[in-house]
Amino acid sequence: MAKPTGNPINDELLKIAAQNNISTIWDRFMEQEPHCGFGTLGVCCKICNLGPCRIDPFGEGAQKGACGADSDTISSRNLARNAAAGAACHSDHGRTMAKTLLDVGKGIIKDYSIKDPAKLKRLASEFCIKIEDKSDLKIAEELGEAILKEYGQQEGELTLTKRAPKKQQENWKKTNVNPRGIDIEVVQAFSRTHIGCDNEYKHVLEAAIRASLVDGWGGSMIATELSDILFGSPEPIRAEVNLGVLKEDEVNILLHGHEPLLSDIIVTASQDKELVELAKKYGAKGINLSGICCTAAEVLMRHGVPMAGNFLQQELAIITGAVEAMIVDIQCIMPSLSEVAKSFHTKLISTSPKAKFVGMEHIEFHEKDALAIAKKILRIAIENYKNRDRSKVNIPKEKMTLVAGFTMENVFYNLGGSFRPSYRPLNDAIISGRIRGVAGVVGCDNPKNESGLCHADMVKELIKNDVLVVQTGCSGSACAKAGLLTPEAAFRFAGDGLKEICETVGIPPVLHTGSCVDNTRILTACCEMVKEGGIGNSIDELPVAGAAPEWMSEKAIAIGWYFVASGIFVVLGTPLRVLGSKNVTNYICNEIEQLYGGKWAFESDPIKAAHLMIGHIDKKREALKLKPLIYAKV
Amino acid sequence: MSKIIATCAIRGAREIYRQAEEFLEKSIKEKGETCEVKFPDTAFYFPMAYALLGEEVKRLSDAKKVLLTAKALLHEDPSEKIWLPYLGDTLDSGVSALLCEEIIMALRYLYGQEPQKDCNGFFSDTILRTLGIQLVDGRIPGFAAILGAAPDNKTAVHIVRELQKRSIMTFVGSNVNGRSIIDQLLEEKVEMGWDTYIIPYGRDTLSAVYPLNWAIRGALTFGGHKKGEALKCLKYCQNRVFAFGMVLGKLDDIKYATGAGAINMGFPIIADTDIPEIKPSGICTYEHVVKELDHKKIVLRSIEVRGLKIKITEIPIPVAYSPAFEGERVRREQMFAQFGGKYSDAFEYVKMVPPDKIEDGRIEVIGPELDKIEDGGAMPLGIVVEVAGRKMQKDFEPILERQIHSFLNEAMGIFHMGQRDMCWVRVSKDARLKGFLLRHFGVILHAKFHDVFSAIVDKVQVTIYTNQVDVEMLVKEAQVSYKERDARVEKMTDESVDLFWTCTLCQSFAPNHLCIIKPERLGLCGAYNWLDAKASYELNPSGPNQPIKKGECLDPVKGEWKGVNEVVLQKSNRTLERFCGYSIIDAPETSCGCFECIIAILPETNGFMVVNREYSGMTPAGMTFSTLAGTIGGGQQTPGFMGVGRLYIVSRKFISSEGGLKRVVWMSKELKEALTDKLKKRCEEIGDPDLINKIADETIATTTEGLLPYLEKVGHPALTMESVM
Repeated sequence: MAKPTGNPINDELLKIAAQNNISTIWDRFMEQEPHCGFGTLGVCCKICNLGPCRIDPFGEGAQKGACGADSDTISSRNLARNAAAGAACHSDHGRTMAKTLLDVGKGIIKDYSIKDPAKLKRLASEFCIKIEDKSDLKIAEELGEAILKEYGQQEGELTLTKRAPKKQQENWKKTNVNPRGIDIEVVQAFSRTHIGCDNEYKHVLEAAIRASLVDGWGGSMIATELSDILFGSPEPIRAEVNLGVLKEDEVNILLHGHEPLLSDIIVTASQDKELVELAKKYGAKGINLSGICCTAAEVLMRHGVPMAGNFLQQELAIITGAVEAMIVDIQCIMPSLSEVAKSFHTKLISTSPKAKFVGMEHIEFHEKDALAIAKKILRIAIENYKNRDRSKVNIPKEKMTLVAGFTMENVFYNLGGSFRPSYRPLNDAIISGRIRGVAGVVGCDNPKNESGLCHADMVKELIKNDVLVVQTGCSGSACAKAGLLTPEAAFRFAGDGLKEICETVGIPPVLHTGSCVDNTRILTACCEMVKEGGIGNSIDELPVAGAAPEWMSEKAIAIGWYFVASGIFVVLGTPLRVLGSKNVTNYICNEIEQLYGGKWAFESDPIKAAHLMIGHIDKKREALKLKPLIYAKV
Repeated sequence: MSKIIATCAIRGAREIYRQAEEFLEKSIKEKGETCEVKFPDTAFYFPMAYALLGEEVKRLSDAKKVLLTAKALLHEDPSEKIWLPYLGDTLDSGVSALLCEEIIMALRYLYGQEPQKDCNGFFSDTILRTLGIQLVDGRIPGFAAILGAAPDNKTAVHIVRELQKRSIMTFVGSNVNGRSIIDQLLEEKVEMGWDTYIIPYGRDTLSAVYPLNWAIRGALTFGGHKKGEALKCLKYCQNRVFAFGMVLGKLDDIKYATGAGAINMGFPIIADTDIPEIKPSGICTYEHVVKELDHKKIVLRSIEVRGLKIKITEIPIPVAYSPAFEGERVRREQMFAQFGGKYSDAFEYVKMVPPDKIEDGRIEVIGPELDKIEDGGAMPLGIVVEVAGRKMQKDFEPILERQIHSFLNEAMGIFHMGQRDMCWVRVSKDARLKGFLLRHFGVILHAKFHDVFSAIVDKVQVTIYTNQVDVEMLVKEAQVSYKERDARVEKMTDESVDLFWTCTLCQSFAPNHLCIIKPERLGLCGAYNWLDAKASYELNPSGPNQPIKKGECLDPVKGEWKGVNEVVLQKSNRTLERFCGYSIIDAPETSCGCFECIIAILPETNGFMVVNREYSGMTPAGMTFSTLAGTIGGGQQTPGFMGVGRLYIVSRKFISSEGGLKRVVWMSKELKEALTDKLKKRCEEIGDPDLINKIADETIATTTEGLLPYLEKVGHPALTMESVM
C-alpha cells in the first residue's frame, strides 16, 4: 500500500483502496521511483530520432547529443516546449470561451446569456469596440470576433498586454518577447525547438516567455474575463470543501476538469424541478453537485458549489463509493479513473471533443445544445443512484467551510463600498506596514511533496508574517481544507497587522480567486495596485511574490513564466527540469531578474520557501522606502 | 473589533430607513405625492441626494426615488461565523443612513418640526458662502461635529473651549439618554452661534446630517463638482473639508450608521467611550474610528486623527514678535544674559522622533531659568527640539534646525547667531524685564515650526538645558548627528541620485529662467541646495521646486541629460532647449538676477574670474559686478558668463567641462577668504595644493594686463590648458 500522504482522510480511503486492490496515484508514483535522473535534470532529449540522447551531468560521459546539442540547448528546448504546451491549454480554454461568446452574440447559442453586461462593455471598450447604441448581444458578437482575431493575428500586439504597467510592456519589447498573436507564439515555440533549429539557450527561452505571456495576458486572461461575462462575476461567497461534502442520501455528481461551460450549465440544470423529482423517485433527497480540480473553483466562485477535492483526490472521491457520476472535460483528469471506477457503481462521462478516455462513456458536449446535454448527463447520474452499493460507501466526515469569490474587480467594493470604491485601503495597509506584501500561492498538488501539506504550511508562515495571500486552483482547496480561507483564520494564524486589515474589511487572510486561468486575476490586481500608487510604478516594484509549492502540470510552467516575465519572483517546490545546465539555471534564477524584475527560485521546504518570498518582499519594501512593519516585534 | 461596528451601523441604517419610509408614506398619504418638499435657502435640493445620486428632489415623489436607492444600499448583518466581507456593506449602509436622514429632516421641515428649539437646523447656502473664504485661507482649520453629551457640564465647556481656541468650527447636538451637549452648554451660558464658532444643530442624531449635507455642498460650490459626481464630491470632502465627528457618551446603532456615512466623506470618528477602533487608513486619510477616554486629550487626539493643520497666529511671549526684529543686535551693555559664542557651551539640535514619544506643545527647562541667574552673565544652553510628523523625514532635520536662527531672532530683544554647536544667543535686559524666560524659546519654536512647516510637522516638543553637565553630554549626541548629516550631503553626487529639482521661484521677475538644482550644484542664489529643494517640494508639492527625472545622460562631461532638457524647454516657455550643467561655454545654465557670484571669461588668460556680489570694485573683465550682472541676467544663455552660488565654486562639478577650478585665474579677495578652507581642500583634491595662491585677487590686479604677468610668474595652470574658446 501507498505510504501515508500526511492527510488522514486520504490515508483512510487509501486503506480501502489497498483492501480492494485498487491502484492509486500514490502507488503508481512509488512504482516510478526513483525518477529518471536525466529527465529530472532536463538533460534527456527525445526531440529527434538521432537519440534519445542524454548528457552526463557528472561531466564524465557524453556532453553533447548526437546532433551536438549540449545541456543548455536540451534543457532550454524541453522547458520551452513544456511552457508552450501549458500556454496552448489555457489559450484553447480561452478560445472556447470566445467562440461561445461569439455564438451567443449571433444568437446561435441560446442556453447562455450575458450575465455581466457591465464587464462586457468594459472589455469591449478595451478592444476599441464602439458600444454606444448597441445591444449586449451585438457587442458580444463583435467582441468575440475581435478576440478570436487575436488568436490568428500574425503581427502587432495583444490588446490585453496593454493592461500591464508601462515598464512591463517596455521590458517585453526591449527583450523581444512581446507576443504578436496567440496561436503564432505557441506554434513558433514548437517550430523553433525542432532538431537543428533554435539552439542558443537564451534565445530558445525567449520563445518560452512569449508563449507564456500569450497565456497570462492572452488566453488565460480571455478565459477569465469571458467566463465572468457569460457566467457572472464572482462575489464573496461561502461554501464547503473536502470529501465530507458528499452526501449519504443524495445523488452525488462530481464535476471535474477545467472549462466552466459544461459545469455552469449543469448547476442550472441541477435545479430543474423534473430532475429533482426524478432523484426523489429513485429514493435520493436531492442532487448534490461538487467539484474536483479547477472546475470546482469555477462553480465554487460563482455558485458556492462545494469542492470535493483537489487533483490528488479525484480517485479517492470515487473510492468513497458514493459518487453516482463524475463528469469530466479537459486537463488534469487521470486516465486511471476508469480502472478505479470498475470497483464501484460510479459512471464516468467524458464530454470534451478534445479529450476521450478508455473506459469512459463519451457524451460530447456542444454549446448549442448545452442545457439538453446537461440534463441528459444528469439523468444518467440520477438513474445510477439505484446502483449505489451501501456496503461500499465510505464518505469521510471531514469538511471545512470557506469564503471564496474574490476578484480584481470586487476588491474595489469590498474596500470602499459603492461610493468610495478603491484599492487605497490595500495600498495604505502595505505602505503603513500593516500588511508586509501580497503573495500568490497557487498551482497543483503533487505526491512528490511528502507531507501533502506544503500549501497550508507555506501559507500559514506567510500570513503569520503579515503577508496577504491570494490563491487559485488546487492550492486554494488545499488551504481551504486547512481552514485558512475562513475569516476566523485571521485571528488564529495571521500576524497582528494583517489581522487588523482582515478585521477591518471582514475578509479571510487568504483569498481564493478561482481556477488556474484565474491567476490572471492576480495579474490585473497587481496592475490596480500599481495604478492606485505609492507601492511602486510597475509590477516588479511591488512588494509581492508568488509560489507553486507542489506544481506538476505544464500549465504551471507557463503560469510561472508569465509571472516571472511580468516582474514577479516565483518559488517552486520542486525545480524546473533544468538543473542539468548550469547556464540555464543561472539564467532563469539570476540573470533574468535584470531583464524583467522577476526570477525563479526552487525550494522544497515550504517554510524556507515562504521566507524566500518574505525576503524578496522585504527587499522591495526597502527599495520603496516603506515604513517598517507596524507591529513587528523587534 | 470592526465587525461590531459594522453590525451596529448596518442595523442602524435599516432602522433609519424604516423611519424614513414610515414618515414618507405618512406624508404622501396626508399631503399627496406632488406636495413640494425642500430645505430653506438652498439651491441644492436635498444636498446629499443631489451630490451623490444627482437627484433633484422637489416633491415627495422625488424623495421616494431617493428612498429606493437608500433601500438598495441596505444589507444584512454580518453572520456570527464565516462572515462575508462587511466593510463595503457598512460604508453603503452609511450612505443609506445619510440619504434617509436627509429625507426625515426635510419632512420635518414640511411639518414645521425643524429647526428644534435653540438650534440652527438646516445650514443655508448663504452661511456656506460667507464662511467659504475663511475655510480657504485657513482661518478655520477644521470642523468638529459633536454628538451626545459630556459626562458633566464642565467637561462639555472644556472641550468646546479647546476647539474654539483653535478656531475649529464646532457643531453640537444629538444626545445620550435624552441629555444633549446643547443643553449642557446652554446651562453653562456658553454663547452659541456662527460668530462664536459653536452651532447647535439639533438634539437627535438624525439631525447630524445637517453639518454633513452642508459639507458636501462645499464640493459642489467650491470644488466645482457636478451633481451625481459622488466619488469626486466625497473625495473633495476627504481632502478639503477637515471635519471629524466626536461622539461623547454611549453610542447606539443610529450613531454608528451616521458615523459610517461620515466615514464615506473621509470624516473620522473619535469617541470618549471604550469602543472598538478601526485604525487602518484608506477611506479616511488616517484612522477611521478611534477612542480617547481622557477628555483633556480628546481635542488634540481628534486634530491628529483628522490631520488638522493648526496655525498659531499669536505667539504667547512677553515681547513683540515680528520679522522686523530679525536684524536687531543686543549689545553687551543691553545684555541680560548670553549663551554660546566664546562665552559658554551652547548648541541647538532638531531631531525626529516617533509620534508616541513626545507630547505636542510640551516645553521644559531643565536647569536654572533666567529668573534664577545674575544679570550680565553667560550660561550653558542646549535647545533640543523633538519633532514628529507623518511626513517628517530625517533629511528635514537640518532644514528645520537652520530656521531656529531666524525664528529666535524675530523676537524683540533676542539676538541669535550661528548654528549647531556654534550658536550664540543673547537676551536683552528689556526682554527680561518684560518677563522673557528661556522657556519662551520653546514657545516660539513650537509655534513657528507648526506655522512654517505644517506640511511635515505634527508634533513639536522643546527641552531647554542649562546645566553644564547636561549640555556637555547632550552636545555629543548632537555632534554625531551633525557629522552624519554632513556626510550625507557630502556623499551625495549628481550620479548618486535619479532626481534633480527645478527652481522657478524667480520666474515672477525672470519668467524664462529656471535653476536646475543638483547635489553638486546648488541654486545660484545660494539659498537652495538639493535637500532644501526636496524638502520644499514635500512642503509644497505644486510649488517652484519640482522633481526632474534626469533621464538618459547625453553627455557626462558637460552634464547634459535628456530629462533635464525636456523640463528646460517646458519651463523656459520654450525659449531654451538645452542645459549643460557643468559647462559655461556650451548651453550654460541661465541666470535670473539673484546670483551670489558671477563667473566671467578672460580670453587673454585662457581662464575665468569669479566675483561676488558684495565686491564693488573693478574686475579684470573691465566691468564691475553690477555692470556684469546687467548683461547676464533675465534667463539668457550667455556663453562665457554665468551667475552661480558661492558653494558651486568648490564643487567637483564646477565648470568641470572646461577644466574646473584650474581655470580660475582671479577671485575677489573677500570671496576667496570666505571659501579658504573649502578651496584649499579642493586644490588638494585636484592635486595642485598651491593653486589657491596662484589665483589672483584685486590686490594683485584689476586688469588683464596686470594679471597676465602674475599668472606667468606663479605658473598658473590655465595658461597651459587647452584653449578655452
